[in-house]
Amino acid sequence: MYSQGLIGADSNIVEDQAFLDAFQQRIDAEEKIEPNDPMPQAYRNTLIRMIGQHAHSEIVGMLPEGNWITRAPSLRRKVALLAKVQDEGGHGLYLYSAAETLGVSREQMTEELLSGKAKYSSIFNYPTPSWADIGTIGWLVDGAAIMNQVPLCRCSYGPYARAMIRVCKEESFHQRQGYELVKTLCEGTAEQKAMAQDSLNRWWWPSLMMFGPSDTDSQHSDQSMKWKIKRFTNDALRQKFVDATIPQAELIGLHVPDKDLKWNENKNDGKGGYDFGEIDWDEFWRVVKGHGLMNKDRIKARKKAWDDGAWVREAAQAFAKKNVAA
Amino acid sequence: MSITIRNALLHSVVQIADDHLILGHRLSEWCGHAPMLEEDLSMPNMALDLIGTARTLYSYAAELEGKNRTEDDFAYLRTDREYQNCLLVERPNTDFAHTMLKQLYFSAFMKPFWDAMHHSSDATLQALSHKAVKEIAYHIRHSGEWVVRLGDGTDESSARMSAAVSALHPYTDELFETDAQRLHCIEQGVLPELGEIKLQWSQTIDTVFTQAKLHRPNIGFPQTGGRQGLHTEDFGMLLAQLQYLPRSYPGATW
Repeated sequence: MYSQGLIGADSNIVEDQAFLDAFQQRIDAEEKIEPNDPMPQAYRNTLIRMIGQHAHSEIVGMLPEGNWITRAPSLRRKVALLAKVQDEGGHGLYLYSAAETLGVSREQMTEELLSGKAKYSSIFNYPTPSWADIGTIGWLVDGAAIMNQVPLCRCSYGPYARAMIRVCKEESFHQRQGYELVKTLCEGTAEQKAMAQDSLNRWWWPSLMMFGPSDTDSQHSDQSMKWKIKRFTNDALRQKFVDATIPQAELIGLHVPDKDLKWNENKNDGKGGYDFGEIDWDEFWRVVKGHGLMNKDRIKARKKAWDDGAWVREAAQAFAKKNVAA
Repeated sequence: MSITIRNALLHSVVQIADDHLILGHRLSEWCGHAPMLEEDLSMPNMALDLIGTARTLYSYAAELEGKNRTEDDFAYLRTDREYQNCLLVERPNTDFAHTMLKQLYFSAFMKPFWDAMHHSSDATLQALSHKAVKEIAYHIRHSGEWVVRLGDGTDESSARMSAAVSALHPYTDELFETDAQRLHCIEQGVLPELGEIKLQWSQTIDTVFTQAKLHRPNIGFPQTGGRQGLHTEDFGMLLAQLQYLPRSYPGATW
């Protein structure tokens, strides 16, 4: 709220060519853009959309993993999972704060999430029917998130870049923790290993979809790259993820469900990389547009928490008001 | 340590561990569903403290017992009749008012308990008390502030807070219940006398309730039974969730 008072209040920016060129010059010189700096409205809007989506993803992402907190199979796993989901909530808080520096409030962003206007990562519209999914999410979903987010630590917008440094540290810990969980299952009984394989089968393709549409179809990529909000294209990051993950799966004896997967020594400028099969973009768009197995349940759960908590938030405000008055 | 005191201590340590695990479990149910994001962070924080303490206590119980059991054997492979937590901690979350009040009742008991444990003749519990008391002091502050805010907030929050007091106060007597084994531990200076602790508990509750404009009811018929393994029906559901995986896949390592 405080931040809203500052932002844009004193600016009468005329977005003429001279202004846009000067802004681009700062970006090209790798200067960080800070909350009170003049910036094109489209730059501001892009960041609000991106950081907001990122924050919403963290918050909605608490649900599929939270699904197993009360059923974690050992006390060690229980505290690890609880701490992990708590970390995701912390990222959400951090990111909402970063977005607030651009002149939008957390309440506003929350309302947009609940009304369906704002998007969140589609991966969280898949269910977590088994314990192995908790490991797979850490390993693949957080692993894919890291690929996307490490470059964001150098994003041109200062508050987002700085938030991402801490977020990435925690996400890499989650990734290792998730992999260790899946590895433990693979070293366990036949039933446990089957549980891990089944989970990989379900999460592999949705994880590849996390990088977004192919570069030829991505509507936001070009301008975001120019403004150094994004540093790599969707396809480049996806390739990097596949190349990093395949050896990890092989090490623990899991089979990646892609019949077209094969090593190609000419890829990555001759360094080699994996060729992989075509992503089912129909499924991707179907889930993005709200028709995944859990889309409706996720929003319903967030809405229920928000509505059920209204009286608490109202009471806190009423109490604060009385005590300021007193 | 004599066998008698060892057994008495084992019995009491498991009771205290059960209180912490079950209350922590209940708090953890909120994660992702809290009234505001800040509470989505702070309730898991308290749950982590409580489950952490439970883990230390179960491991100590396993050591006292000397049968090669682990913390997880205590948590995952005992039946409801073997669980000896007080009923207060197993009560369903119901709403945020119930949850914060339950937290306050329990923390207001554990704070003077751990303070007194600084002088315990048992080195393990004494060491634990120094860590636990810092955490529990924060839990009192957090839950106490919420009880005040809600008690003196809006008409609705005040009504909900009063309803929580009516529902949960009957379960508070059990916090101060002792049995032969716990008495033995008290006599040996391993566990503290509960008289002084009850006085401090009352003071904390009275202070918070005065600020929260709440009334402390007189309870004619306290609810007890948890220490004898006689639980409310909700507890079976809690254990069914908690123990689902180890029960479904006996012998597996996770």
